[in-house]
Amino acid sequence: MKQARKGILVPIQNSIRDLLPIILVIAFFQYAVLKQPIPNLGEILTGAVLVILGLTLFIRGLEIGLFPIGEAMAYGFARKGSLAWLIIFAFALGFGTTIAEPALIAVADEAADVAALGGMIENSGDSRYSYALGLRITVALSVGIAIVVGVIRIIKGWPIHYLIITGYVGVVVMTTFAPKEIIGIAYDSGGVTTSTVTVPLVTALGVGLASSIKGRNPMTDGFGLIAFASLTPMIFVMAYGMVI
Amino acid sequence: MQLLHDIFFTLLLTIRDVIPILAILLGFQLLVLKRPIPNLKRTITGFIYVLLGLGLFLVGLDKALFPLGKLMAQQLTNPEFIQQGLHSVSGILQWQDYLWVYLFAAAIGFATTVAEPSLIAVAIKAQAVSGGAISTWGLRLAVAVGVSLGIALGTFRIVTGTPLHFYIVAGYIVIIIQTMFAPRLIIALAYDSGGVTTSTVTVPLVTALGLGLASTVPGRSALIDGFGLIAFASLFPMITVMGYAQIVQWREKRAGSQHGKDKIENDS
Repeated sequence: MKQARKGILVPIQNSIRDLLPIILVIAFFQYAVLKQPIPNLGEILTGAVLVILGLTLFIRGLEIGLFPIGEAMAYGFARKGSLAWLIIFAFALGFGTTIAEPALIAVADEAADVAALGGMIENSGDSRYSYALGLRITVALSVGIAIVVGVIRIIKGWPIHYLIITGYVGVVVMTTFAPKEIIGIAYDSGGVTTSTVTVPLVTALGVGLASSIKGRNPMTDGFGLIAFASLTPMIFVMAYGMVI
Repeated sequence: MQLLHDIFFTLLLTIRDVIPILAILLGFQLLVLKRPIPNLKRTITGFIYVLLGLGLFLVGLDKALFPLGKLMAQQLTNPEFIQQGLHSVSGILQWQDYLWVYLFAAAIGFATTVAEPSLIAVAIKAQAVSGGAISTWGLRLAVAVGVSLGIALGTFRIVTGTPLHFYIVAGYIVIIIQTMFAPRLIIALAYDSGGVTTSTVTVPLVTALGLGLASTVPGRSALIDGFGLIAFASLFPMITVMGYAQIVQWREKRAGSQHGKDKIENDS
């Protein structure tokens, strides 16, 4: 009984500790700098309780659901030994998780507004919609390709920094050619593509693959998939800005 | 009642977002790998926890953190507030007058990163894989310091209106130089930490800060100058995570204790 209570209490304590810095920052700036009371304190406390509960459940679910399935699939593909299917899976995972990503939808809509304002596209609802949709597909394609390249890297055991530095050169070269208005959005798009569900899955996939292939180290080879997924969208979005 | 409605609605949205991912996983596991899901009951429970947890988390953020955080970002960037602590007599705002904005940017960047679920996920994995050589808290704090520096510098950039790509290219050069000297073990993880930091908690608040700042600083356009903070937040953690590993390595070398170093070498 005591054990069971401990099993719930400790994760909740951890979540409270994770959230504490935000509470302190907000309280300090609200009371000491802006010198205002916190509005709707009751609602905010309810929200904080929900955040703590949600974080606790999520972390638990991660440990018993997302991580094991990601790793099981990595082992499954390693045992099957079919590179083609692994690549198709990697692409589907990258593309499928990005195309519906809410943060990306928001950024794509903002990008369409910028493009309309800058006169790059016609300022009408239709053209803005197709611009935003095109951008989403572009980013999703780039993440799909990124995961494929990352998976091939794990299998071949290429050192990650050569690929990443090549990517950086690509970003810098594209920056000199891309329209000025798109650059900020392109740089930001790298950060928004990787969602809270995708990151644990993709990490488990990479680490699982690296552990199941002989000669690969899960630490040096298993990580890095997210890095590719944050880099390629920048290049692709700038290319999109140049083409449209 | 409103609360239950919100929770239910957000839960539906979360399920909608996760269904494509689930379909891909199931499709490949059952049709291509032709294997049953291992520990089916446990995995399903895990997925339900993830959905429920994410749903509650998002509703809670919407209720508590986002309205207040966005309001604060607006108030802190409001020229009237900045005017109060004015240093220059001329009445023209200088970049120094935005000190509170930089401090808020740094503090909120740090705090939201500590609570970021995807970073927690990667940190748990990194600790397990490194056999404890990389602690979850060490990694999370290193990343949080990076985001904090990045967002503070990003707000400074919006205030001064200097071009974004100068900063980003300079950051790339620092990363490339660090890559040559950092322990090999950390490099892939450091690169990853750039992408995972900017997620559910950080992005909405940081975006609000950027847009608020760009729309109130004279001569800036919200649409063009408001972007770029996320890019800073993804760049600087790479520098601080590699820096953290370099400091650990340097201290171990200096202490002359072979013990810790052996541990790292054995793992790699």
